[in-house]
Amino acid sequence: MLSIRDLSKKWADFSLTNINLDVKEREYFTVLGPTGAGKTLMLELIAGFHRPDLGEIWINDKNVTDLPPEQRKVGFVYQDYSLFPHLNVEENVEFGLRLKKIPKSETDEKIRRIMNLLSLTHLSKRLPKTLSGGEQQKVALARAIVLDPDVLLLDEPLSALDTQTQERLRRELKDLHERSGITTIHVTHDHVEAILLGDRIGILSDGKLIQVGEPDEIFRKPKWEFVAKFVGVENIFSGKSELKKGLARIDIGNVLIEAVTQKEGKVKACIRPEDILLSKKPIKSSGRNMLQGKITEISDRGATVRLKVDVGRELVVIITKRSFLDMKLRIGSGIYASFKASSVHVI
Amino acid sequence: MKIGGITALFIALGIFIVAVLALPIANIFFKQFAFDLTGFLSAITDQGVLKAVGLSCFSAFLAVLVTFMFGVPLAYLLARKDFRGKALIEGIIDLPMAIPHVVAGIMLLTVFGLSGLIGGPVSSFLRFEGALPGIVVAMLFVSAPFLINSAREGFQSVDPRLEKVARSLGATEWEAFRKVAFPLAFPQIFSGAIMSWARAISEFAAVIMLVGFFPMVAPGMIWSRFYSQGLYEGMRVAVILLLITLLVFVGLKYLQGRLYAKH
Repeated sequence: MLSIRDLSKKWADFSLTNINLDVKEREYFTVLGPTGAGKTLMLELIAGFHRPDLGEIWINDKNVTDLPPEQRKVGFVYQDYSLFPHLNVEENVEFGLRLKKIPKSETDEKIRRIMNLLSLTHLSKRLPKTLSGGEQQKVALARAIVLDPDVLLLDEPLSALDTQTQERLRRELKDLHERSGITTIHVTHDHVEAILLGDRIGILSDGKLIQVGEPDEIFRKPKWEFVAKFVGVENIFSGKSELKKGLARIDIGNVLIEAVTQKEGKVKACIRPEDILLSKKPIKSSGRNMLQGKITEISDRGATVRLKVDVGRELVVIITKRSFLDMKLRIGSGIYASFKASSVHVI
Repeated sequence: MKIGGITALFIALGIFIVAVLALPIANIFFKQFAFDLTGFLSAITDQGVLKAVGLSCFSAFLAVLVTFMFGVPLAYLLARKDFRGKALIEGIIDLPMAIPHVVAGIMLLTVFGLSGLIGGPVSSFLRFEGALPGIVVAMLFVSAPFLINSAREGFQSVDPRLEKVARSLGATEWEAFRKVAFPLAFPQIFSGAIMSWARAISEFAAVIMLVGFFPMVAPGMIWSRFYSQGLYEGMRVAVILLLITLLVFVGLKYLQGRLYAKH
């Protein structure tokens, strides 16, 4: 589908060296790397905003290396949304369609459908500056996908948003991708985002693509320190979800947890280490997961302590130094780990 | 509301500078309308005066139009691209604002005069001395920097990513310029055009040195009336020019305010 071959480019302070990558049809591919790794440059090369120094880019078996951006059928969404500030929401969304010589009735129908899909209809006459970050991002998405691009490129699309909006939009992105099937490349410096969204992940560091693989593989067998740093930092599980009485029961392998979601079937569940409570005695309360386990690892981090708890699956927990000392925890101590069903993020 | 110390100081300082600017304007209007209303009325119905003022406005408009056509694309290049000699070009654009008007006149004569570098060879079909093209060239020379610089700042304030996104949405380079960069920079281009027009209409020395007194522009007429018939004759024309410029200024500034409000 998208094929990048021996791509190299030096631009300003950024450089990419010998990038080779194949992204499959309908795939959601995330590129993970720190700031300055060349992630945006990579997307801009695919979009045709720059010409590579070396190498080729192929989309749908066609060499597009020398094509200008407008002939590539590539949608682009920047971190800061880059909405046209002088146009209202509707005019932004219809920008691309109006440039083509398509009958108005046809474009109107398309715009109506996409605005509906992303629940933007009520904002159609508003100017971008009057919208929240999340709304702006959805407009930017609508503007790109209304043209049915072959490839959708997302440059840190969630990182300017607050945590709650991030989570909501993350879900919407996933849904949108499932419905539209547009091949997507999403670059981010946030490993949770990369894991939750990506069918596969590529790790970009210092302009080199150093590892490509499925999330599990990348995080279980990291080839590089940048990835290794994240291993075990977050609790990310693949599982199967079943809905029961408004809550989801997710089997994450040996362990059953409850979560607030409407998702069924194959899911990924993520629990932040600081959302987990440790106690010597069980805490009974509804809407809470309570798991019994043993401490397997303790590492002191100054004001906080990071522990690994084996509850059937390994959980990473971060607690304050104070409560760690109060509870007199040791390796091997029996312990209860609890967390709210609403603290389980499901995608 | 209680006014703080600093605000009070700034208000006092502001009043001083506004007074320095406003006093001569208020004074000339007051003198004219209080003591010589009939003289003003006779001047405003004088065909020669109206023609001179009209020619000034029209030539200044032409000068801005030419600057717009050639200067706005240049401003876009200066805002977007880095190239060798860019600083030199920017220096050349700024220079006319810094040189005395008589120096501008001398330089223009040596190029566009009847025996000038360009004026000479083209004199059989295009004359600058004693003709409209000369007025426009002289005005353009002194006024172009205002429009070009303002347009460049306008384009600089437009995020280049907006144009990149437009390209990815199917816009050609020209469409991205026309539909994104230009409309977004337009308020500043417009404000530059107003300043440019104002500077053009006010030019005296360069126009007189290159073109001579005929065809007669408003500043030329004011000078000649002042010189041959005295202060009050000159003042009548001056008041008319002031009134028209003020009207156009206020009108355009109002329009400009509406433009900015839209964005």
